[in-house]
Amino acid sequence: MNKVLERLYSGIIKENPTFVQMLGMCPTMAVTTSAINGLGMGLTTTVILILSNMMISALRRVIPDKVRIPAYIVVVASFVTIIQFLLEGFVPSLYDSLGIYIPLIVVNCIILGRAESYASRHSVVLSMFDGIGMGLGFTLGLTSIGIFRELFGNGTVFGWHIMPERYEPVTILILAPGAFFVLACLVAVQNKVRLSRKTGADGTDCKREQGCEGCSNTLCGGRKTMN
Amino acid sequence: MNLILIAIGAALVNNVVLSQFLGLCPFIGVSRKVDTAAGMGGAVIFVITISSAVTNLIYSLVLEKLGITYLQTIVFILVIAALVQFVEMFLKKKIPSLYEALGVYLPLITTNCAVLGIALINVQKSYGFIASVINGFGTAVGFTIAIVIMAGIRERIEGNDIPESFRGTPIVLVTAGLMAMAFFGFSGLIK
Repeated sequence: MNKVLERLYSGIIKENPTFVQMLGMCPTMAVTTSAINGLGMGLTTTVILILSNMMISALRRVIPDKVRIPAYIVVVASFVTIIQFLLEGFVPSLYDSLGIYIPLIVVNCIILGRAESYASRHSVVLSMFDGIGMGLGFTLGLTSIGIFRELFGNGTVFGWHIMPERYEPVTILILAPGAFFVLACLVAVQNKVRLSRKTGADGTDCKREQGCEGCSNTLCGGRKTMN
Repeated sequence: MNLILIAIGAALVNNVVLSQFLGLCPFIGVSRKVDTAAGMGGAVIFVITISSAVTNLIYSLVLEKLGITYLQTIVFILVIAALVQFVEMFLKKKIPSLYEALGVYLPLITTNCAVLGIALINVQKSYGFIASVINGFGTAVGFTIAIVIMAGIRERIEGNDIPESFRGTPIVLVTAGLMAMAFFGFSGLIK
């Protein structure tokens, strides 16, 4: 039971995919034009993450090590296809507003990342809770960014008017450039937290001599190799 | 005429990175220097053009004929992954000079969501073979334009006095936001 709670806590707070790990940035920026889109995308990803984590964990002794990545991709892509049809059938409005980003959940690095780093080594139940935790963390991130952009960019939250009549919406926030600006501020805040925690010591834990290509630490932005 | 419109629309008006947010990871990760950015752009043009052609043929000749178009996501992602491997092996054997130039960037492209995105958009808009290839090529050129401009700006930004918490990724994102605003200027190009 303890382990289950630990998984949920780690997914939602400690290793939050959006705010801490900065994974899955493409969908984060593309669909957070409104709170409802963010919530829909987050929950869709959560369902797929839970199902694929459980399936991969159940198959972890069957899948040969050498072909594990293609196998994971097939599992994830199958679930994405199923969910896509369910959305098209039952929630057509969400299906239309998310559009191409639903099939693109296949290449969302959170899902493959969890499969590789957690589900392939742990039991089905724990993997399920890991999926729930990470998925809810992602949903939380997307929804809060969506609420922020919708509130200031359109004066509404989940379609309800919140801002007073006199408020002139900052329309750019719900357009493409706004996504970049909001995310920039988010990363800057995160950098600030990190810097103050480490009291300015950036650390030189980068062992890559060939540069930043292929490095997963996008936060570093090359500072560690430069200095 | 229609094809020219598709190409311009894909490259400038609906720029992949700046208005559709596809391929952000390489856009931020590999835009430190102009020549590496251009190398990445070249590799992306190469792969996306080929993959648009191949996925279009597979969709119209196999999936549609057999009535299994619902498998498109699974088939496309596997075809793209295999294709990148194949292109890499082919270039290594036959055109070593091009392989040397693109080498590092080729495997990275598999994880680029723009490749799968374009394949799906081609199906969604029901483009024919030629239109798909043109759309893929135009999109990839748009990616190259964006990443090369970004690398040029980043080389200049390097020496500037940026607030500490904005160094690295945040300032790149702010720059990308300003570029996205500039690219809005193209939206009047096609009605």
